Amino acid sequence: MTRKQKRLGVIAGGLAFLGLAMGLTFYALGQRTSYFYMPTDLATQAVPPGQRIRLGGLVEKGTVVRGQGTEVSFAVTDETRSVPVVFAGILPDLFREEQGVVTEGSFRSDGIFMADSVLAKHDETYMPKEVADGLKAQGLWQEN
Amino acid sequence: MIEAGHFALVLALALALVQSTVPIVGSRINDARMMAVAAPVALVSFALIALAFLALTWAYVTSDFSVVNVWENSHSQKPMLFKITGTWGNHEGSMLLWVLILALFSALVAVFGRNLPDQLKATVLAVQGWIAAAFLLFILVTSNPFARLVPAPFEGQDLNPILQDVGLAVHPPLLYLGYVGFSVSFSFAVAALIEKRIDAAWARWVRPWTLAAWIFLTGGIAMGSYWAYYELGWGGFWFWDPVENASFMPWLSGTALLHSALVMEKRSALKIWTVLLAILTFSLSLLGTFLVRSGVLTSVHAFATDPTRGVFILGILTLLVGGALALFAWRAHALTAGGIFQPISREGSLVLNNLFLTTATATVLIGTLYPLLMEALTGDKISVGAPFFNLTFGSLMVPLLIAVPFGPLLAWKRGDLYAAAQRLAWALGGAILVALLIMLFVDRTMLFAALSIGLAAWLMLGAATDLVLRSGVGSQPWSVVRRRLWGLPRSAKGTALAHFGLGVTVVGIVATVAFQTERIVIMKPGDTIDFAGRQLRFERVEPFAGPNYTEDQARFTLISGNRDVGTLVAAKRLYTARQMPTTEAGILTRGFSQAYVALGDPSGDGSWVVRAWWKPMVTLIWLGPCLMMAGGLLSISDRRLRVGAPARRRSQPVPAAAE
Repeated sequence: MTRKQKRLGVIAGGLAFLGLAMGLTFYALGQRTSYFYMPTDLATQAVPPGQRIRLGGLVEKGTVVRGQGTEVSFAVTDETRSVPVVFAGILPDLFREEQGVVTEGSFRSDGIFMADSVLAKHDETYMPKEVADGLKAQGLWQEN
Repeated sequence: MIEAGHFALVLALALALVQSTVPIVGSRINDARMMAVAAPVALVSFALIALAFLALTWAYVTSDFSVVNVWENSHSQKPMLFKITGTWGNHEGSMLLWVLILALFSALVAVFGRNLPDQLKATVLAVQGWIAAAFLLFILVTSNPFARLVPAPFEGQDLNPILQDVGLAVHPPLLYLGYVGFSVSFSFAVAALIEKRIDAAWARWVRPWTLAAWIFLTGGIAMGSYWAYYELGWGGFWFWDPVENASFMPWLSGTALLHSALVMEKRSALKIWTVLLAILTFSLSLLGTFLVRSGVLTSVHAFATDPTRGVFILGILTLLVGGALALFAWRAHALTAGGIFQPISREGSLVLNNLFLTTATATVLIGTLYPLLMEALTGDKISVGAPFFNLTFGSLMVPLLIAVPFGPLLAWKRGDLYAAAQRLAWALGGAILVALLIMLFVDRTMLFAALSIGLAAWLMLGAATDLVLRSGVGSQPWSVVRRRLWGLPRSAKGTALAHFGLGVTVVGIVATVAFQTERIVIMKPGDTIDFAGRQLRFERVEPFAGPNYTEDQARFTLISGNRDVGTLVAAKRLYTARQMPTTEAGILTRGFSQAYVALGDPSGDGSWVVRAWWKPMVTLIWLGPCLMMAGGLLSISDRRLRVGAPARRRSQPVPAAAE
């Protein structure tokens, strides 16, 4: 092989490899990402049970029930609609009623959202960005 | 003092502008006096920025709340260590640290670069000057740490409690030394393009700087991971959080750069690619700075969001990266192609390494930017999390890790894969044995985990193979082996140690992910639970008051084989100034494994939600990077790489080694 052919071979091999990797990447982007919903979004867009999504909103006042074993249940609301959530585990330190929260998990067939993670805030003044945007879109929250 | 700091910073900006222009003009018109300006100016601007930094630190130490920055992030009751480290526990101070370290590296180039050709040195320092000028301007215009507050409040608002930890003393400085350290490779690359000249000597100068930055970045990332692990109370060590990815991308491409610079130094090949990688690596550092500091991401690292800052950093990013890449496109062809080699050779294996590492960097980049892009384009809010990265990054790493042991065993120019495979046979045997033992004695159902640990064993044994063969273990008497081992080049030993450390990390990750036991239970003091073949006894809860917090401490005893083996103290802590609660995990290290207990909510009747993990081999995740750093240090101390050491003649002629 001449030097030129060899170089072409290397470049073709590299490109094929890169193509493969990009194919894998975009396959994974299609399969392994989760969309963000506010409770009101769920009224118009059906999410099949078992599909992983992130659900955000405010923790509805008076809905937090602890002490059913290690499970905690609460409702996530955007003041228009609310969705019941069950979470097994330890809630983040700054989880409070009427505070912004983002949970990740999937719906059970009975319409209860089983969260496997509840986003921890790092700072008491911080509102999850998605929730802030969602509430702002509905005119329910303003930046101070 | 504060005003002096502010003034010093303004002066530093003026000097940075001098440093960016005078030397480079000098190198163009070949004026030695203009070029000689670079080094002293770099030293003085470092001194000025250090003065500014000390002024801010002093304001923190003395709790001078007339400074807005101190008022917002400090408190008179805060322990002294956190007053000092709090200097960079906020946006403004952290940017000041960034620029301080940049100036430090410029000063180091000025001091240690005495053997550099005058023109190259002047140009490199000028490019460093551009970066410094851009970021000093950024600090002075958008993020002034020295702004005053009238009237001065009596008490500050305290530092975010999560940051009140020794981690803050170690993680940011190390990370920045790595991040910003890559600016030197970047400046050398840009200088090479401006000078249209690049040779093996260039690579010999660039490699120690890259290696030093890489060592720091490795330490910074590992330290950040351990900090998140024990501080957040979630028991995880890596979350594929965009902010973590921001530091991981320069590490991946920096690792690639380290390896390609090797090819360039030894064989004078891959010149253009190495220059491109050097530019890309620092570009990723800048991108990381943008992602973390601009507020496009919400995380513990984004202290405050201010859109003007984001736009400003984006401007710097575009200008520096765009400019460097445009220069590359314009000038790269002027750099002559180097030596040729067979695909099966040391060079070939290093190209393979680069192919995998840069592709891995690209997948992490796509995963990190995709949600931002989607939101900007369609308004959809999506999250790309661990499942994506585990699939893409994971599948790229497996073939790379399989290939690693072959590299050092292949000869330069033309290697013999079959011979290398023969020499690695015992390592393969060992790896298979390890996988079988795990299947038999640990868990029969975990085929994938067993294979992964086998892969890690392959890495570790493979890394040892090179040293074993070269020192003659088994075929020579011990005294000869010892002498030979001592006589081996430190860079070879460094390589083996770093690759071994990589294997150690893989063992830690796989063992923790696959074999950890997690239990979430309700416990009252006096209760005992079984977990992972051990027992955990909840002893008691008692109140405790720290310097600026109060907490409920829960004491647990770990029992193994009816013997008490140690105490864990987990706590629910309340920082009084901000009224902010935190969870302090109780951790007990046994061998390489750890028991980890986090406290949940009390239920009123004296019982608590308790989350307990047994994490086998978890400390290896961070010991591995320590070994990699040690390998890097060993390599950097190699006589042939020593900064400024005159290049020795080699048996193979190195073309155009500039002396």
